[in-house]
Amino acid sequence: MSTETTLDELPMAKALNAGLRQALADDPKVLLMGEDIGPLGGVFRVTEGLQAEFGKERVVDTPLAESGIIGTAIGLALRGYRPVCEIQFDGFIYPGFDQITSQLAKLTNRGGGAFSMPVVIRVPYGGHIGAVEHHQESPEAYFAHTPGLRLVSPSTPNDAYWMIQEAIASNDPVMFFEPKSRYWPKGPVDFTASAAPLHASRIVRTGTDVTLVGHGAMVSVLLQAAEVAQGEGVSVEVVDLRSLSPVDYGPILESVTRTGRLVVAQEASGFVSVGSEIAATVAERAFYSLQAPVLRVSGFDTPFPPAKLETLFLPDADRVLEAVDRAMAY
Amino acid sequence: MTDSPSAGSPGIDSPGADSPTVRFLTADGAFEPTPGAEEYASYLERIGETELRRFYRDMAVVRRFDQEGTNLQRQGQMALWVPSHGQEGAQVGSAYAARPQDHIFPSYREHAVGLVRGIDVLAIVELLRGNTHGGWDPTDPSNGNFHGYCLVIGSHSLHATGYAMGLQRDGLVGTGDPEVDTAVLAYFGDGATSQGDVSEAFVFSASSQTPNVFFLQNNHWAISVPVTVQSRTPLYLRSRGFGVPSVQIDGNDVLASYAVTAKHLDEARAGNGPQFIEALTYRIGAHTSSDDPTKYADQAQHDLWVSRDPIIRLEKYLRSLGEGDAFFAEVATEAEDFAADIRHRTLALTAPDKSLIFDNVYSEPHPVVTEQKQWLERYEASFDTSPEASAVTKEQA
Repeated sequence: MSTETTLDELPMAKALNAGLRQALADDPKVLLMGEDIGPLGGVFRVTEGLQAEFGKERVVDTPLAESGIIGTAIGLALRGYRPVCEIQFDGFIYPGFDQITSQLAKLTNRGGGAFSMPVVIRVPYGGHIGAVEHHQESPEAYFAHTPGLRLVSPSTPNDAYWMIQEAIASNDPVMFFEPKSRYWPKGPVDFTASAAPLHASRIVRTGTDVTLVGHGAMVSVLLQAAEVAQGEGVSVEVVDLRSLSPVDYGPILESVTRTGRLVVAQEASGFVSVGSEIAATVAERAFYSLQAPVLRVSGFDTPFPPAKLETLFLPDADRVLEAVDRAMAY
Repeated sequence: MTDSPSAGSPGIDSPGADSPTVRFLTADGAFEPTPGAEEYASYLERIGETELRRFYRDMAVVRRFDQEGTNLQRQGQMALWVPSHGQEGAQVGSAYAARPQDHIFPSYREHAVGLVRGIDVLAIVELLRGNTHGGWDPTDPSNGNFHGYCLVIGSHSLHATGYAMGLQRDGLVGTGDPEVDTAVLAYFGDGATSQGDVSEAFVFSASSQTPNVFFLQNNHWAISVPVTVQSRTPLYLRSRGFGVPSVQIDGNDVLASYAVTAKHLDEARAGNGPQFIEALTYRIGAHTSSDDPTKYADQAQHDLWVSRDPIIRLEKYLRSLGEGDAFFAEVATEAEDFAADIRHRTLALTAPDKSLIFDNVYSEPHPVVTEQKQWLERYEASFDTSPEASAVTKEQA
């Protein structure tokens, strides 16, 4: 793939690959580390070809231990490196939880600002791929609750290409949630300019009756729901969150001020979730603009079910439209 | 299972001819190297009587500092104190073995190592007093590359390993230039060996052949739980299954600690991969000021280890070399002065500024933290308790 091309149709996995390649080329301190990311290119092939290009010292196949991956990345960051860790699947991040929440997130504060922690943790997350247990989860809320971390999630190949580079350039720890069901659909990538800053949310479809907010793979579901609603005479606006921590409330509040209705959707279980936080904040800040209570559409508060039942667990366009109908009924 | 004092780590209580334990000085201060000490003897050629006096001085000063820490805690100046009493030999010897360019990742009881590396140990008081979570800047060269204390047991063993991976990439290992080659010395205790992170540190360091020396102070207790609960095999053998060579030393012999750490730091700097040292020592005091060893510790075991005191041992050896009363009196005075200075500066400490809550949570501006910092300022201002405000109120009255 040539960076001469300014617009290309790429799947997100290849856009991420291009973004990582660019980051490795731009800064010799950038390192990739994770399980199977070398010759195999990662289980999703996101790092394909990068070890051959940049060597084993910069694209590191690590031992199989998530705490070890994050803990050694912290040491490398203390030494001035910018490690990008790949966690193989969402449900495998928990062995690294202590290093992420008690160490990575707090070390800059503990050290009085004497050093930064520019570590990126890439987490392929979410369902829709029919996989076995621990391979379809959405653990964002655990980390969004932790001060010191930043969380982002691209929904398009273009955002993936730019946001991974912006995350790597950040001097703070960034958890980068990659919607694995969106790895393969192609989309345009503009190699000349980023669509928005790393922590900006963005209105991706305009409408006048109800605002839908989501991130990652949910954005395409929301756009699909908006299309159906249009046919039914309901004008739907869609906001792509892009950043889960901090949340950029500007476009959300601006949108809700106009539409008066908000539905927040996510694959994660709803109890104490990012969606709950957004619902509470919008209720506080846009109370007099609201025509209806803020509604949430989430995965059920159960373990992610066996894959043959995942379509019932995961919010789809119909579940979103059901909430839209309820919001419109007020 | 035996309940002998060093159960779980045999070899020190009755070092026979086949004992692998490295010791130069007996508990009575006689220079009688064990068989295991032979290969390390040449490393003692690097130090003379000046260094021995310095070892003694630092051990004595930290012993007195530690006592002052306990006193200050009992007087309400700190919520907690973490005593180092009894472990000065392991700490001072190993710390002096490190070269200036080496990096140190301590646990949270390494007051003597911090002193040797040059930090102002008042920072330890500030940390335990609740004035800070850190206290010294490990990026400031005057702090001797002594990284922050780490309270989650064993976590820092991985940071030390990652740091060493960085040194490898920076070309600072195995060049043959003693001014360039750099190692990372990480300290942890017997309890930490049960943590997964320590095993993962062995795995990662062996995998990458990093310049790490892992220095275990087996002080026989993880708070109230004896080392026999952590391990049924001597802990120095633990790392060998990971491919990390190891040695057990008498940690109350400062000479053994110095010589063995010097050799294994050399090995690490030369690019020969990670090394593991188990120093047998004993926590003479409590785990912390909140602990109560009378509930679990054995008096006979305690007394046995008091008789192996690292400071008295070196004093006896120095006296056998001809050192006189004047030197020991001078060190005692210096230790008193040191403790008095710590006391005075502790009593002069003020509460940290509230900005400490919000600053450096992130390295780059963050809207939530900024907003909450501003909110707290407005909230506090709303009470109008400042002298200026109350003066205005009185005038108006």
